[in-house]
Amino acid sequence: MSNKIANASILTIDVIQTKIRKREAIDVVAVNRQESSESNLTGKILALILQFFAFLGRTVIGWVGNMGAATIFLLLALGQTFRRKQFSKIIRQIYYIGARSITIIMLVSLFTGMVLGLQSYYALVKFGAHGAVGSLVSLSLIMELGPVLTAIMITARAGSAIAAETGIQRISEQIDALYTMRINPIKYLISPKIAAAVISFPLLTAVFDLIGILGGYISAVLLLGLNAGVYRHSTQVYVVMSDITNGFIKSIVFAVIVATVCCYQGYFAHMRKDSHGAQAVGLATTSAVVISCVLILISDYVVTSLLI
Amino acid sequence: MNTPLIEFKDVTKRFDKRTVLERVNLQIYEGQVTTIIGLSGSGKSVMLKHIIGLLTPDEGTILFRGQPIAGIKKSEMVALFSQISYMFQGNALFDSLTVYDNIAMPLRETTNLKKAEIDRRVMARIEQTELTEAALKYPSELSGGMQKRAALARALITNPSIVLFDEPTTGQDPVRKNAILSMIAQYQRKFGFTAVLVSHEIPDVYFISNRILALYDRRIVFQGTPEELENFDHPFMDEVISSLESLQKELTGLYSKRQFEILNRAQLKRKSAGESYCIIFFSLQELNIVSTQIGYDVTQEVLRDLGLYIARHFVVIGGFSTRRHTNEFITMLPYAGFSDAENILKEFVQDFHGQIIRSIQMGACKLPCGEFLELPVLAGVAQGKSTDDVESVIAEAKMKQKIIGRIHCTAGGVEK
Repeated sequence: MSNKIANASILTIDVIQTKIRKREAIDVVAVNRQESSESNLTGKILALILQFFAFLGRTVIGWVGNMGAATIFLLLALGQTFRRKQFSKIIRQIYYIGARSITIIMLVSLFTGMVLGLQSYYALVKFGAHGAVGSLVSLSLIMELGPVLTAIMITARAGSAIAAETGIQRISEQIDALYTMRINPIKYLISPKIAAAVISFPLLTAVFDLIGILGGYISAVLLLGLNAGVYRHSTQVYVVMSDITNGFIKSIVFAVIVATVCCYQGYFAHMRKDSHGAQAVGLATTSAVVISCVLILISDYVVTSLLI
Repeated sequence: MNTPLIEFKDVTKRFDKRTVLERVNLQIYEGQVTTIIGLSGSGKSVMLKHIIGLLTPDEGTILFRGQPIAGIKKSEMVALFSQISYMFQGNALFDSLTVYDNIAMPLRETTNLKKAEIDRRVMARIEQTELTEAALKYPSELSGGMQKRAALARALITNPSIVLFDEPTTGQDPVRKNAILSMIAQYQRKFGFTAVLVSHEIPDVYFISNRILALYDRRIVFQGTPEELENFDHPFMDEVISSLESLQKELTGLYSKRQFEILNRAQLKRKSAGESYCIIFFSLQELNIVSTQIGYDVTQEVLRDLGLYIARHFVVIGGFSTRRHTNEFITMLPYAGFSDAENILKEFVQDFHGQIIRSIQMGACKLPCGEFLELPVLAGVAQGKSTDDVESVIAEAKMKQKIIGRIHCTAGGVEK
């Protein structure tokens, strides 16, 4: 039953995509017609203005359409998460997306923590407030830098890979092949990736936070000679549970955004208007990373303002 | 004829502004092999994708057993599509999975079979398609031919009742092409599925197809049996068939059936009434045993070499030859009387015995040690007058066939 609905909905997304493209074609034709009929100066200016609005409308409608399609895409994938035979696939994806990102996350978080410790020590020591270095480092990591930098790092490492892999599967007809074998491509390919991202992101964020705080400790205490007890105490006192929970909420939101955007871009690589084939996969990967990063920062602001 | 299994009614498909199919009408009947021929880029694959539902028509309807697909309930639709398998032109194998996993995927994902049962079925298919050594390799590690066979195995794993083959022979050498086609034909007979092929292999597809559909200039211009296509008069024949046929002649030295007939007619016209000519009919027997015991490739190699050998032998004395059926060849000797023809055949037999067909030897029998196979080669001669019907002369030659030699295969080598 679910398969039927899902297959029907996949077609719905295709239809939305096609409609977006058709609409754009009609707009272009309308503008061209306008251009040819008007010949005098005012006409030209009017045509230019019209062209501008047509472009604006086209772009915005394109965005809205894509957002709608991506949302349906996400919902379809989520609906397939708790089906049979999905567990092993999710575990495998957690390994690819999560486990294999640990090294890079640890490296990045160590240096982020160290530079935070360094900067805040020199800034706070001017006011004699070096006792607050620990809390500054840990709060900024837990509330902001941890979730955001983790998400951006995973986008760069795993998100790009997801988009490229899915894109290649699309252009080499592997996704069509799944469809002809009655295997729901969204269930088989997309759903495990999104589920794995939702599980991996908070865990990696936790690793990031912890190593980051240790990094701050290394630079502030071991290198600059801050009292170890002072660092530990200010960390313990000023960080409360809700800060940590909020950080995790953010990381889950980022996980959904990154996984959806990267899968969506790859999955519809063949519908790109700007290119075909291998080039389309390349551009899909690029836009997956760029859009993910931009959306991470935008949604970071939105989620923060809601949580505060 | 009864209700077609699949029927297209005025199907039109456009991509942006380009019309690919325009008011296409066609019928595909159950249990038959239907081949769609046409130039590349003429929309053959697009047509196949409509059947499996990967594409939907802009106008017109597709009927399944007389029922419009658009009106079929979703639940029935799933059941319907589950009977159809599709073999992609580019194979579309999952390159991150091994051949075994690729073939097992449809069973693992869509059925509740036990692991052992899946393993049994997959291994059976792997053996049938001669992929045993490649089972644990990745598709990128295989040759093009093996990838094709893996795709074929995957398409057949669910025992579908309709299989769509999108250019199953592209990128294969001539021997492999025929091997794949005869494999399809044999599986089709064995499992009784309805096969729809898209192919350029003319005339090879004629031997395995019940029906031919010709797609030309966005429309279906011909539907019918391969024999009917031979007499079809349309620009399609000149543009498509002739170009493909001449290529075939260059490769093998054999004429196509149509060219053979034209040559025949030309020869007969030149003769005054009462003058005679001779036809020699060759056939190779017990090919099925070779196919099953040694492999399709070897069968095709034997056939090709025999064809080449016949064509080369007789062309110097003005004869021309064609392949009539999978294992039958005819040579026309326009200037020979009956006794001449018998002498010529005798010479041929001596020559044939004196030489060893190289590639059969190369193809080295994969037989178990100590076993051997014998393939009888038959030939018959018949004389005809210019007023006689050629077909009746051919039939007479066929009747008069007797064994002229045997191709003898033993483990590790071949001799005659």
